[in-house]
Amino acid sequence: MGLFQTKRRNILPGFGLSMGYTVFYLSAIVIVPLSMIFFNTFPMGWDPFVHAVTAPRVLASYRLSFSTALFAALFDAVAGLLTAWVLVRYRFPGKQFLDALVDLPFALPTAVAGICFATLYSPMGWLGATLTKWNITIINSATGIVIALVFIGFPFVVRTIQPVLEEVEQEIEEAAHCLGATRWQTFRKILLPHLFPALLTGSTLAFARGIGEYGSVIFIAGNLPMKTEIAPLMIMSKLDQFDYAGASAVALVLLLISFSMLLALNAIQEWQQKEYR
Amino acid sequence: MGIELKNITKKFGGYTAIDDISLNVASGELVALLGPSGCGKTTLLRIIAGLELPDGGKIILEDKDTTNLPPREKNVGFVFQHYALFRRMTVFENVAFGLKVLPRKARPSGTEIRDRVEHLLKMVQMEWALKRYPSQLSGGQRQRIALARALAVNPKVLLLDEPFSALDAKVRQELRRWVRKLHDDIHVTSIFVTHDQEEALELADRIVVINKGRIEQQGTPQEVYDHPANAFVYNFLGNVNVFHGRVHNGKVTLGSHRVDAPDEFKNTEEKASQAFVRPHEIGISRIRSSEADLEGTIQEVRLMGGQIGLNLECEGFEHPIEAEIPRDLYINLQLSRGDKVFVSLNRVKVFTGDYAI
Repeated sequence: MGLFQTKRRNILPGFGLSMGYTVFYLSAIVIVPLSMIFFNTFPMGWDPFVHAVTAPRVLASYRLSFSTALFAALFDAVAGLLTAWVLVRYRFPGKQFLDALVDLPFALPTAVAGICFATLYSPMGWLGATLTKWNITIINSATGIVIALVFIGFPFVVRTIQPVLEEVEQEIEEAAHCLGATRWQTFRKILLPHLFPALLTGSTLAFARGIGEYGSVIFIAGNLPMKTEIAPLMIMSKLDQFDYAGASAVALVLLLISFSMLLALNAIQEWQQKEYR
Repeated sequence: MGIELKNITKKFGGYTAIDDISLNVASGELVALLGPSGCGKTTLLRIIAGLELPDGGKIILEDKDTTNLPPREKNVGFVFQHYALFRRMTVFENVAFGLKVLPRKARPSGTEIRDRVEHLLKMVQMEWALKRYPSQLSGGQRQRIALARALAVNPKVLLLDEPFSALDAKVRQELRRWVRKLHDDIHVTSIFVTHDQEEALELADRIVVINKGRIEQQGTPQEVYDHPANAFVYNFLGNVNVFHGRVHNGKVTLGSHRVDAPDEFKNTEEKASQAFVRPHEIGISRIRSSEADLEGTIQEVRLMGGQIGLNLECEGFEHPIEAEIPRDLYINLQLSRGDKVFVSLNRVKVFTGDYAI
């Protein structure tokens, strides 16, 4: 078998060249820059590293970043699924406009989004004024951060679900209806399992993006120490104090968590696909 | 009565898919809806299942008006052309689906469901595939599972939408014989849609020929094949040679020849006509057997398994005439391309009127 395989020629040409390019690209753009974080952190030594990444302010910022990103991702999962559903299943005037609108958070500079939210929810803003009357504060609170992250993560979910939903054959649903399933049962037992991997991918991407999001959040978060400081902001403030090693340390932790999350996601999907393919 | 359709009409935009169709199917009958693609046969089937709503008319299943019921309340089994199995479920889960979605009160227990599924899988000879996923099965096996799944809920009627057309020739033939046998065993009122006349002739108790949203003819396969009501039905039920000409006082023109027309045209005025002859009803011989025989030259010989197809160029005919003769005759006559033969047209079927084909 081994002999046979080495002799077999690949019909698709250019593997060597394209693989070389891929490795080079990943090295130059992704791996080398990211490895700088390791190299910057290593000279610190273990104890100062632990000290830097477990300082109460840093821990609070992790907690805030992860919890707000998680809430936002969960919200996006539901809202994004609904939006994708509407965009795929129905025809209505202005559909293309709405479809284009979904991508806006991708294209918009995040700082612009941040300023928009800050203006809208400030105590004098359109929504903020009303909400203040009801004693709800959005600005300078975790809720505000979640709102910004929902906006940023939304297109990830819609755009990953949309193609999968388009692929679902109408016949599958019709078969379920003929067998006596209600609309809810059809959704729950047929469609949702089908959409689940895409839903998981989309919300994980939204979650990962939410953890790293900086521009749109800092305007609305108010950045109060221990309360509304997000993890990327900790990196920024350490840099402002010329604490490069400390900044790298915090960044390293963020990087490791994000990467292991994506790895876990891939593993889950692999495991899910294995059975019925 | 198993299924009663009364004056069903359905339009898609300005296009009339079903044009006032009424049809009765007796309980336990196996009926074929036969017609070319786009004739409305699938639409009619979907209307019966409740997957489409008719614009007008009534659907009565086992004496109950189900016209406006959604599919899940109609209790029909539907088998799709491309199986429509649930990909993420095993064969067992697929077949059990219809039982598991029943309201809690009506739902059988776990062991009852298991017994029923195993029974159905045994019936479709797939009991070994219980834990497989649809992707691990061949087309024919998937369609058997789809059939078992549809039968699991004890449907009042079974509707099959071109159930064999996605399968390859050998499997198709095998599966349709098997379906016929299955129907003889369980006798569920069934309608299947097909564009394949052979399938309809072989499988159905009764054939309903549909064209342009209307029923052209219905009857047993024998009736429809032997006594087609019009040119369309004749043409659709098999290969034909068509001769456009005129009929007058018992004679019909075929090309530049005049031959005896069937009896019913004995005293007709001159009319435009279409004459049909099936390829296998054309006689070929080396010697002239009657005055009416045509002289022809073999232009092409085609091997078709048990039959041999011949293209014959005959004097006075614009197009070559297609004939099919048994292989033995072909060998006995020692025919080959370019040979001159005598051609007799048996059982000429004549229709008058301008029937577009």
